Order: sequence, then C-alpha cells, then structure tokens
Amino acid sequence: MLDLIGVSRSFGGARAVDGVSLNVAGGAITGLIGPNGAGKTTLFNLIAGSLPPSAGRIVLQGVDIAGTPAHRRLAAGLARTFQIPRPFAAMTVLENVLLAAQQQRGETPFSNWLQPGAVARQERRNVDKAREIIEFLALTRLTAAPAATLSGGQRKLLELARVLMADPKLILLDEPAAGVNPTLLETIIDRIRDLHARGLTFLIVEHNLDLIARLCSQVHVMAAGRVLVSGTPEQVTADPRVVEAYLGGVA
Amino acid sequence: MIGLASYLCFFVTLALIYGVATLGLNLQWGSAGLFNVGVAGFAAVGAYVSAWITATPVDTHWGGFALPIPLGWLAAMAASALAAFVVGAATLRLRADYLAITTFGAAISLELVALNADRLTGGPFGIAFIPRPFAALSDQPLAFSAANMLLVAAVAGVVFVALERLTRSPWGRVLRALREDEAAAASLGKSPAKFRLQAFVIGAALIGLAGAMQAQFFGFIAPDNYLPVFTFQIWVMLVLGGSGNNKGALLGAVVVWGVWTASGSLFNLLLAPEWQARGAALRVVAIGVVLASVLLWRPRGLIGERATVSRHVE
Repeated sequence: MLDLIGVSRSFGGARAVDGVSLNVAGGAITGLIGPNGAGKTTLFNLIAGSLPPSAGRIVLQGVDIAGTPAHRRLAAGLARTFQIPRPFAAMTVLENVLLAAQQQRGETPFSNWLQPGAVARQERRNVDKAREIIEFLALTRLTAAPAATLSGGQRKLLELARVLMADPKLILLDEPAAGVNPTLLETIIDRIRDLHARGLTFLIVEHNLDLIARLCSQVHVMAAGRVLVSGTPEQVTADPRVVEAYLGGVA
Repeated sequence: MIGLASYLCFFVTLALIYGVATLGLNLQWGSAGLFNVGVAGFAAVGAYVSAWITATPVDTHWGGFALPIPLGWLAAMAASALAAFVVGAATLRLRADYLAITTFGAAISLELVALNADRLTGGPFGIAFIPRPFAALSDQPLAFSAANMLLVAAVAGVVFVALERLTRSPWGRVLRALREDEAAAASLGKSPAKFRLQAFVIGAALIGLAGAMQAQFFGFIAPDNYLPVFTFQIWVMLVLGGSGNNKGALLGAVVVWGVWTASGSLFNLLLAPEWQARGAALRVVAIGVVLASVLLWRPRGLIGERATVSRHVE
C-alpha cells in the first residue's frame, strides 16, 4: 500500500529523518513507535505532505507522491489526523464532517448559481452520509454543536469522522490515544477495529504501547531518525535494542 | 417636498453603491479572511473602464466609445477581476500581511497613474460627461432620482442574492474552514490558494462594479475620488455592519453613509465659514466615534456571522 524508500529530512544540519525505508501493508494496522525526538512526527508529516522530504521516495499504490502537495493527498486515498486535533472550532460537527467530502460540485462558484439543484441534491446525499459517520463515531448528540465545545477525545473522533467522509484507503493516525479518557479510548479502539474489518489500512504513531499491542500486526520502531527494529508487537517489545532506546541508551 | 424625496433617493442610491463595494469586500475579508487595503484601486479600475466605454469621444484623453452602460459595467467587473487575479496570483501564496502591502501599493500606484497618464485618464481633471442612466428623465428630478435608485437597488439585490447563494454553500464552507485552520483544510483536500484567489477575484469584480456605478451616477470621475479614505470608508461599513454577514455589509453601508452625510451637513451648519474646510476632517472623527461605540456594544458588528454556513444544512 505505502512504501517509503530512503526518505530523509534535514532541518539545518540536523537529520530528523535519516534514510527511512519501511512498508505499510494493505489492509493492515501498522504501528510506528519510538522515544521522543526519534523523528516519528517528522516522518508522519512527510507522508502526509505537510513537509517535503529532502531525499527519498514515498510510493502510494505504485505512485510516487513525494512531490504532491498536502491538499492533493486525500484525493490519492491518503488521510491524516493531527496529534493535537484541529477541528474548525466555530463550525458545527456536521459541517466539519461535510467539508471533508471530495468532488463537491458546490465548491465551484458558478455551480452555485447555474446548477443549484444539482448542488443541493449532492449536499443532501452528503448530509445523510455525514450523519451516518457521526453516528458510527458516537457523536450524534453533538451533531449541531460547535466543534469548540467538544472534549479532547471527542475531537479525536471528529477528526476520524472528517477523514472517513473522504473514503480514504489509508489513514494516518497521529497519537490517537493522547489526552483521551479511558472510556473514550475504548470507543476509538473499537472503531479502528471496525474500520480495519471493512478493509481500511492504518498507520498509527503512538506512545501508548498497550494500544499498539492490541491493534497492530506490524510495528516499526524509530530512534534517532532511523528505523531501529521492525516486527510484531511481541518481537519489538522483547528486543533489547528497543528497551535500550526507550531507556536512553541511544542518544 | 419633491426636493427632500429626490434627496432621499440620491442618498439611498449612493448608500447602495457603497453597499455593493462592501459586499465585495465582505466576500474577501468576511468569508476568505483576505486583508484587502486597496479597495479604492479596484473601484478606480472599474470606474475608469466603464467611463472609457460609455462616454462620448473627446480630444483630451483616450476612450469615449459611447457604448451602452450595461456593457461598461460588465467590462468594469471583468477589468477589476483581472487586476485582482494578477495581484492575487502573485501574493496569495504568501502570508496574509503581504496581501495588505501589495493591495495598498497597487491602489496608490493606480491613483498615481490616473493622476499622471493624462492621455489615458484625463489626468487630475479626470473624465467628464460620463452618461448617466435614465438621462432622458433628467428634467424631472424626482423621477430621475427614483429611477436611478431603483436601478441601483435592483443591482444590489441581485448581488446580494448571488452572494448569499455563493457563501452559504460548500464553497463558502471551504473558505470558512481555510480561515479557521489552513493546514487542517489542506489535509482535507482543499487547495488554499485556489479558493482564496476565487474569493479575491469575485470580490474585486463587485468593487469594480460599485466603482463603475458611482462613476455613472456622478457623471464625472477624477483621481482624488480614489484616495485611501475611500478604502477606509468601505472597511468601516463592513466592520460596523458585521463582517461575515451580507445583510450586515449592506446595513453598515447605509448607516455609515448616513453618518458621513449627516455629520457633513451638521458641521456645515454649526461651523463658521472660515472653519468649514478644517471641519471636514471632523467627519472622519464622527465615523470613528460611531464605529468605536458600535463595537463596544456589539463586538461583531450590527449583524454578526452565522454559525451554520451551508443553507443546505438547516
């Protein structure tokens, strides 16, 4: 599904990501872990397109997307959420989700004047779809609420709802468990499992090793900008190099 | 009585012409968050283009094609839109403050061109004898002012409905999202540069239309119509009326134009003749006081922005 080949990114002299090659298998839930400063978030931003790589190739379903701007990656099937959720705070939950629909006729100025009927029909279909997604993510009660009123965990769910509206093939989740209460975390884990069962592929950056162990079939461990170890959750957590990286042996 | 009625028509006509410019700025600032400080420049482009197209030929400067007024107004919109496309394509990828600097600079440059390119613009004397709509009625003051008012009201009405359609749509929703969080909107597949440029160009076309209507209505234009104080007036109208709301933009235009003309008459009445030239500056003060009072009482303007964007959702 997704292949990184020798991907690097430098900031000034510092190599935040240093020649990373890894694979995210189609239909799998893959984890990306590592101590703070390992380069996970930078790598994530490179995949999502908010940063251009200094070198290397990012291949999504056979197409190199390394040079594709962030706003074109969703159309290619690649969705991302943010570590600190970024809802459109003054907009309602429903409109946050509606916004994410792709190929909207009503996004062309002239269609709103010349084909108002077609715009309205498509918008009604999108509203129905958005309501289903909102219900799936247990946010129905908040449909008409401004996104600013949502709790941290609900915002994570809203971000997931938004990207689902675009029917992506691969979803990048940036720390889905961070700042989420334990009950809501179970909801998030359940929903990720449901979506996985429907054939969606995930790449999850996370500090919560419990979540990684429960969800992921494959885990890549990063340290100092490189991939240290890859394997199943059991393999990598038992690997002495990983323990050492987390406990501060590798600087 | 007829004098008062036709004055009222005259007042409403001008207020609605400013209203169309305020609606254009509202699309740029209220919907897209684009800080256009060159409103006067886009109005000037519209005014001069319409004047060239509709006025009768003269020896002193270019233009004078004596074509119908609607053609002049359409050309004015097209020319202002083109000017906005050039300015916007160059700057909209940059940070917001660059747009402010660029639009301000463009407006000042255009005013200087209008002042100095005599053969093109008539220089400081401007362009006179621009045909007024319903010129055949000009010997009946009330019918003439009423007809002009109805024409401008019809144009403002069409612009208002068109903008409501446009802003309360998926397109307006994207602009709103871009204003709130550009990175998040981009991650959801929306191109910031594309949507901003569209809003900037459509807004500028409306400001150009307002400039053309004003030129037609006065029958005369000169570069000092398009000083930065014009931009200031339109901005005050928008902020006072309620940025982000089309009704607010129109209301703000009427209220501010009312304060502007009423304070002008009041200072003429109260001040001794030798003080009147200086007293004119007090009008700007009066506008400032009104703006500050309204914002203390209603921080988002008289009519603020709605929470729901799309009209298809309610």
